[in-house]
Amino acid sequence: MEQFFNWITINQDSIYIIVLMIFAGIEIIGKVPSVLHTPLMSGANAIHGVVIIGAIIVMGSADPQNYLALVLGFLAVVLGTLNVVGGFVVTDRMLEMFKSKKQKS
Amino acid sequence: MLSHPSSARRGNLIAAFGMTIAIFATIFLYAQGSLANRGYIFIALIIGTVSGWVVAKKVKMTSMPEMVSLFNGMGGACAMLISIIEFNHLQTGEVQTGNPTGLYIAIIAGLIIGTISFAGSIIAYLKLSGKLKDINFKGQHIFNLILLILVISGAVATYNTSESNFLMFFYATFVLSLLYGIFFVLPIGGADMPVVISLLNSFTGVAAASGGFMYDNKVMLTGGILVGAAGTLLTILMCNAMNRSLLNVVIGSFGGTKSGSAAGREHGTYKEISVSDTAMVMSYANKVIIVPGYGLAVAQAQHTCHELEKLLGDKGVEVKYAIHPVAGRMPGHMNVLLAEADVPYEKLMEMEEANEEFKTTDVVLILGANDVVNPAAKTDPQSPIYGMPILDVQLAKTVIVNKRSMKPGYAGIENELFFQPKTSMLFGDAKKVLQDLCNEVKSI
Repeated sequence: MEQFFNWITINQDSIYIIVLMIFAGIEIIGKVPSVLHTPLMSGANAIHGVVIIGAIIVMGSADPQNYLALVLGFLAVVLGTLNVVGGFVVTDRMLEMFKSKKQKS
Repeated sequence: MLSHPSSARRGNLIAAFGMTIAIFATIFLYAQGSLANRGYIFIALIIGTVSGWVVAKKVKMTSMPEMVSLFNGMGGACAMLISIIEFNHLQTGEVQTGNPTGLYIAIIAGLIIGTISFAGSIIAYLKLSGKLKDINFKGQHIFNLILLILVISGAVATYNTSESNFLMFFYATFVLSLLYGIFFVLPIGGADMPVVISLLNSFTGVAAASGGFMYDNKVMLTGGILVGAAGTLLTILMCNAMNRSLLNVVIGSFGGTKSGSAAGREHGTYKEISVSDTAMVMSYANKVIIVPGYGLAVAQAQHTCHELEKLLGDKGVEVKYAIHPVAGRMPGHMNVLLAEADVPYEKLMEMEEANEEFKTTDVVLILGANDVVNPAAKTDPQSPIYGMPILDVQLAKTVIVNKRSMKPGYAGIENELFFQPKTSMLFGDAKKVLQDLCNEVKSI
């Protein structure tokens, strides 16, 4: 338990960020009209693709002899990129439709 | 920036741009020495980008929900794999920074949440694309609860056990999380799927954030928590739109046992109407409101629908659309579809606005919507959708319902609206019926 408290003190910065971001997240959603919830969900889906950074770090710090880590890391990077790219492209396609309509009206 | 349709797209592009910078910054400017294996990283990035791009471009607008779910699963899988690799590092004593307990918590949290998100999203994807049916069995809630407890105790056991059993417990936790993810989503009915996807989305966010803890990486932490918080709130908003609590969605399987009472009630008689009669009624009406639903999305009939609207408009009929917040499969799904068909923004009405208008409406044309116009939500406390806000279409003078058959909708309940005297049924595929309607209207 003591270790855990130590860990909290060490990671104070991160914990501040967490609290701040929770507020930011709630604030953002509160302002979005329900019309845009689908693109929003898709956009949020793309944003959590940041895991890919972790995947890159894993991959980069893997020992070239450690094939298990390499293979898994490779897979992780591919899947992460899929998440990011796919997420943004899908979101863009949805929003594109709103855009074209806007210009006409 | 996402608060308005026109600026939302720019916001999305900026986010994508920021993400690209973050990725390259990580590759080239990683703090703890330079990264090895760059070649492999680039190959992986290219594979992911190309396939992600192609799939996302090719997918039909109607199958968007399952696509989002699939991509979400990929993110979850990514978090899961990171945790597995890092755990192996931890186990072989290759850890350089941080305190083992904190790191351990981050890894195991990333593993469990990532895995549940991955397994759940894949099941959600399969169910949405119709490759998998709802599966219910007795004692499912208890089974799931036990599974969840096992997952947590697995995590605790991994921490407390001796070196030799370390891996065994770790992988046991992994497999259990996988199972939990599967069984968690399996019983959830189609109507609740959007909520589940949103929930899993926020799960993946949290998994990404725990990855941020692992590496002390602020970008991952920020992004992850942002999505986690935003996703959770979005989930709750969606639940509110359907007037159900989150707990209810998670543990209660929709339309399973509860619908028995509603289905058992006596069915009245319904009357059918022909396409030409419908065209006649609509052409001589003053005001027509179209209520689009999932049936329209499946039939890809949004363009035909817009055509009909224009034809009627030329005849001096006032045509509007009434959109329920959860019509289709996701909130805003109908707006996206109708936007694709170039329906002007001003013609779309939100629920409250539409409910005011119905009183002065001559004809309501319901296209493949069911639960969102079911009066049982107001009148029948026994009904599983009781309390859900609905479109009060029965206030209009005439209601024409286009459906493929008399089968109940997603929630699996009968709709008494169909048996009311002012309601007429127009059976057939939405697209075909609309095309026929267009032709008839033209010839009048």
